[in-house]
Amino acid sequence: MTAALETDTALGKPIRRKEDAHLLHGQTNWTDNIQLPGTVHMAILRSPMAHAKITKLDVSGALKQPGVVAAYGAKELGDLNGGVPCVWPVTDDIKMPAFPALAIDKVRQVGDCVAVVLATSVAAAVDALDSIVVSYDQLPAVTDMEAALESGSALVHDEIETNACYVYKMPCGDYEASRAKADVVVARRFINQRLIPTFMEPRSVVAAPMGMSDEITIWSSTQIPHVLRVLLALVTGIPENNLRVVAPDVGGGFGGKLQCYREEILVTNLAKKLGRPVKWTETRSENMVATHHGRDQIQDIEIAATKDGKILGLKVTLLANMGAYLQIITPGVPLLGMFMYPAIYKMDSYDFTCTGVFTNKTPTDAYRGAGRPESTYAIERIVDELAAEIGMEPMELRKKNWIKHEEFPFTTVAGLTYDTGNYEAATEKALAMFDYDGLRAEQAQRRAAGDPVQLGIGISTFTEMCGLAPSRTLGALKYVAGGWEHCTVRALPTGKIEVVTGTSPHGQGHETAWSQIASSILGVPVEDIEVIHSDTGRAPYGMDTYGSRSLAVGGQAIKAASERLVEKARVIAAHQLECSASDLEFVNGSFQVKGDPSKSQALGAVAFEAFTAHNLPPGVEPTLQAEATIDPEDFSYPHGTHLAALEVDTETGQVKLRKYVCVDDVGMQVNPMIVEGQVHGGVAQGIAQALFEGAEYDDDGNLLTASLADYLIPSAADLPSFETGSTVTPSTTHPLGTKGVGEAGAIASTPAIINGIVDALRHLGVTDVAMPASPQTVWRTIQAAKGGAK
Amino acid sequence: MIPVEFDYVKVTSIEQALAALKSGGEDSKIISGGQSLLPVLRLRMAEPSVLVDCGGIDEMLGVRDDGDSITIGAATTHHGVMSNPLVQKHALLLAQATATVADPAIRHRGTTGGALAHADPAGDIPAAALALDTSFVIAGPGGRRTVAAKDFFLDYFTTAVGPDEILVSFSIPKCDWGSNYSKFNRTAQAWAIVGVAAVVNVQGGVIKEARIGLTNMAPTAVRASTVEAALVGAASPADITAAAMHAADGTRATSDLHAKADYREHLARVITARAVRAASGI
Ligand SMILES: Cc1cc2nc3c(=O)[nH]c(=O)nc-3n(C[C@H](O)[C@H](O)[C@H](O)COP(=O)(O)OP(=O)(O)OC[C@H]3O[C@@H](n4cnc5c(N)ncnc54)[C@H](O)[C@@H]3O)c2cc1C
Repeated sequence: MTAALETDTALGKPIRRKEDAHLLHGQTNWTDNIQLPGTVHMAILRSPMAHAKITKLDVSGALKQPGVVAAYGAKELGDLNGGVPCVWPVTDDIKMPAFPALAIDKVRQVGDCVAVVLATSVAAAVDALDSIVVSYDQLPAVTDMEAALESGSALVHDEIETNACYVYKMPCGDYEASRAKADVVVARRFINQRLIPTFMEPRSVVAAPMGMSDEITIWSSTQIPHVLRVLLALVTGIPENNLRVVAPDVGGGFGGKLQCYREEILVTNLAKKLGRPVKWTETRSENMVATHHGRDQIQDIEIAATKDGKILGLKVTLLANMGAYLQIITPGVPLLGMFMYPAIYKMDSYDFTCTGVFTNKTPTDAYRGAGRPESTYAIERIVDELAAEIGMEPMELRKKNWIKHEEFPFTTVAGLTYDTGNYEAATEKALAMFDYDGLRAEQAQRRAAGDPVQLGIGISTFTEMCGLAPSRTLGALKYVAGGWEHCTVRALPTGKIEVVTGTSPHGQGHETAWSQIASSILGVPVEDIEVIHSDTGRAPYGMDTYGSRSLAVGGQAIKAASERLVEKARVIAAHQLECSASDLEFVNGSFQVKGDPSKSQALGAVAFEAFTAHNLPPGVEPTLQAEATIDPEDFSYPHGTHLAALEVDTETGQVKLRKYVCVDDVGMQVNPMIVEGQVHGGVAQGIAQALFEGAEYDDDGNLLTASLADYLIPSAADLPSFETGSTVTPSTTHPLGTKGVGEAGAIASTPAIINGIVDALRHLGVTDVAMPASPQTVWRTIQAAKGGAK
Repeated sequence: MIPVEFDYVKVTSIEQALAALKSGGEDSKIISGGQSLLPVLRLRMAEPSVLVDCGGIDEMLGVRDDGDSITIGAATTHHGVMSNPLVQKHALLLAQATATVADPAIRHRGTTGGALAHADPAGDIPAAALALDTSFVIAGPGGRRTVAAKDFFLDYFTTAVGPDEILVSFSIPKCDWGSNYSKFNRTAQAWAIVGVAAVVNVQGGVIKEARIGLTNMAPTAVRASTVEAALVGAASPADITAAAMHAADGTRATSDLHAKADYREHLARVITARAVRAASGI
């Protein structure tokens, strides 16, 4: 084991993930696997209507069914009916309607919770739902954002007298002046369609009073055990110090488990009320309507430029669909994109306006990239359209306008300062891997031959803002929490190491990467390091995992805590070795007297001395541990160049992805294998938005894509082998030189695909194609272009 | 979701199965691989009181050679059918269509007979069964009867198999014509938007006869008889494309999330031409 030390613990090695063996061998502990004696199971009666008055609700029939312990509607629940929290009131005059866990008098989305039954088995609880009597008086559903804003529209929330949640403006420079100077102005409307996060493990939550104390332990399939604990304390009134939240193995989240859900509130309150464990696990059908959705923006974007391709200004006007209620950061998601519309490009002005709109649909919130996929899509699409308009090769236009590597650090028109980047290097490498010129030649040939299968090349030169986030910045944006991260490192008496982190992995591989960081500083093999996480009892401080923050922020805390531990150990070792601390060097996990390697003490031995405390220097406390809580200096700005070659069958509209090359610059890489995995998954998810996924509703607000037979998730069989590469431009604002990678692929790939489809068909008169670019959509787009229609 | 409570009976003979169906009354149902039935039960779109499992009846399992035809037990899994040498040799089209059904896990549970009895208009097996002139052996309280392919599929999810009857097996006349099943769908595991099952008898570079089944172009799988007639004598890709222009004739395509009717009709024409070209080698 220890022989591996030299080769395996260094930063930057693609070592295999520690966590995979238990995942692959079925040794996982999902929340739904937790079986506590005396558990009652909760089943939820959900609204089948998008908008209706509840004219009658009688749960008494359910109480007579076998196995039923309790049943509640909002009335019976009284004070225990939550108030689902929103922590990002983006403007002073934002409208924040109440969001009770069980609907009171009115339902506002299909899937709204109307009543709950608790029974001794899941089957009994589900069966008893049939005995609840409920009647609805249907109201017109608000489904279209533009119609929702017209006067006279039906209202999602009568009491706020409008469907507009907020209007947020950020004018940067004088866009009208740029526009006046411009030779060319290109405007487009893009629809960034609604997506459903569709993580593999459905949501599940168990809450149990622990008996010996007032503690209630909550196991939840969540990304945010720490934040959830605070919010559940605020919402339920249960003292925070009586709540322990544990996220056991969590099977994916993608932002969908960055939430304080009504079901989590109900289960917690009911466990306390009934004095016994309460459990609820969603079905996939519930998941599709009741887990928050992502995206859903109408993007009006206008770019002003000179005829030789110098970008002067950008104007973005968004309608952002909030859905029926505000959840944890629903209003803030478009703001995360707001800063990134200018992306990698230099320009004089940028004008941004976003209107948040209530509709009778599932609430939206964070979904992999949260705001930044939307902005990246719009800017990378409009840049291609500008290139077509002025007759310039799209990559040349990008080169002409992007920030050159020698210009970093660079403050963008949106006011962010990108620390480092090298768009030239990433692009050059990607072009070389791609055979750009060869593919362009094939494209010309197919066009000339009138081949029914046309070839398209799609480009996306993206950057994004992640590593959430400097707390001061969050405060300035009215977010009500900070963006710091915590780590405690302990050297135990037996020489084993505990790294206690506030991040909460759900597939990312933190246990491996965090061990590598600690190992590289402590000189202890990765195998001897245990990463403790996702349990507010064992890892009390943290801000959890989302926004590609865990390494960018949490990694800094691991580094700082590990270094502090070494410094404490150095003082003890110097005392033991009877020399001064400055005479010691720390090599491979051992303190050695400079010039006399025979005099040394290993970190494990120091840990034991710290434990016995028989011979510590004066003023040094027993035990060997150190902690660090780090607020990041700035966001992190990974970037990259993604290139797609795809074939469009013009007879059927089917798009076949032939080749996908991406070169990502995520700064220093702790584990390149994990980086590659993150890029692969992200790219696949972004391609899914471009080609396959889209939540569709009818005019009555019914979700039509309510099962996985209709909401299409691609599998490996639908995607080519991705060819990934990287450049490394270390971050200067993050001490490890790292940048975020969790969302990069999903942010980058969507516009590469759509740009590629438009590129394949532009000679036929096609200038845009809606997402998802299903065969039918592509075929109709071609037909419309042929018919001369736009 | 969770189905309502039901009883489960596993039987070992057709007689037992018929008796179990009868004793369960109107609410009883056969369960084969469960790959279509269980989703229906879980969504509580059906609430049967008894499920009768025929997976233990020898006669309903496996493939046998009957001289001019092969006979396939209705409870044979999709995987068992598509990997069977007799099927591959004498009814290749069925193997080709089956290989496009869902994914390997489902093909190891789901049965070809179950798919035929279920008669989903978007299912891949019925179109192949039509093109192969399959005949069906049905057992019921009054004994056994044999039903020709053209009389088997009656409507959406409705076949000649009555509620008190069992599909025992189906027989396919041996066919050594060129064959192809072309499935047009959006992801590898998705249902067909349109599917075309074609067997083509080519002699000296000229099509003598063709039989074509269409998936998802009507409430049941249908034969594209106008195309079949127009293909006789076809000898070039242009001939085939011209004949395939009739693929939507007489169909009743519906609109759904993935395709409106006009697009489905267009696809039927394009995919029919491609399937016939692949089957005929022309
Ligand atoms: C995710 C998924 C994807 C799928 N994709 C496809 C696809 O792409 N293409 C496709 O063609 N199919 C697809 N299927 C369906 C699959 O082919 C099923 O296996 C098949 O439709 C039903 O076979 P089964 O044995 O599972 O039947 P069951 O589900 O057990 O039964 C189906 C129905 O047939 C009746 N039945 C079954 N056997 C008999 C019998 N011997 N006599 C009388 N009645 C009987 C049952 O009572 C029931 O009503 C998919 C299924 C799933 C779950």
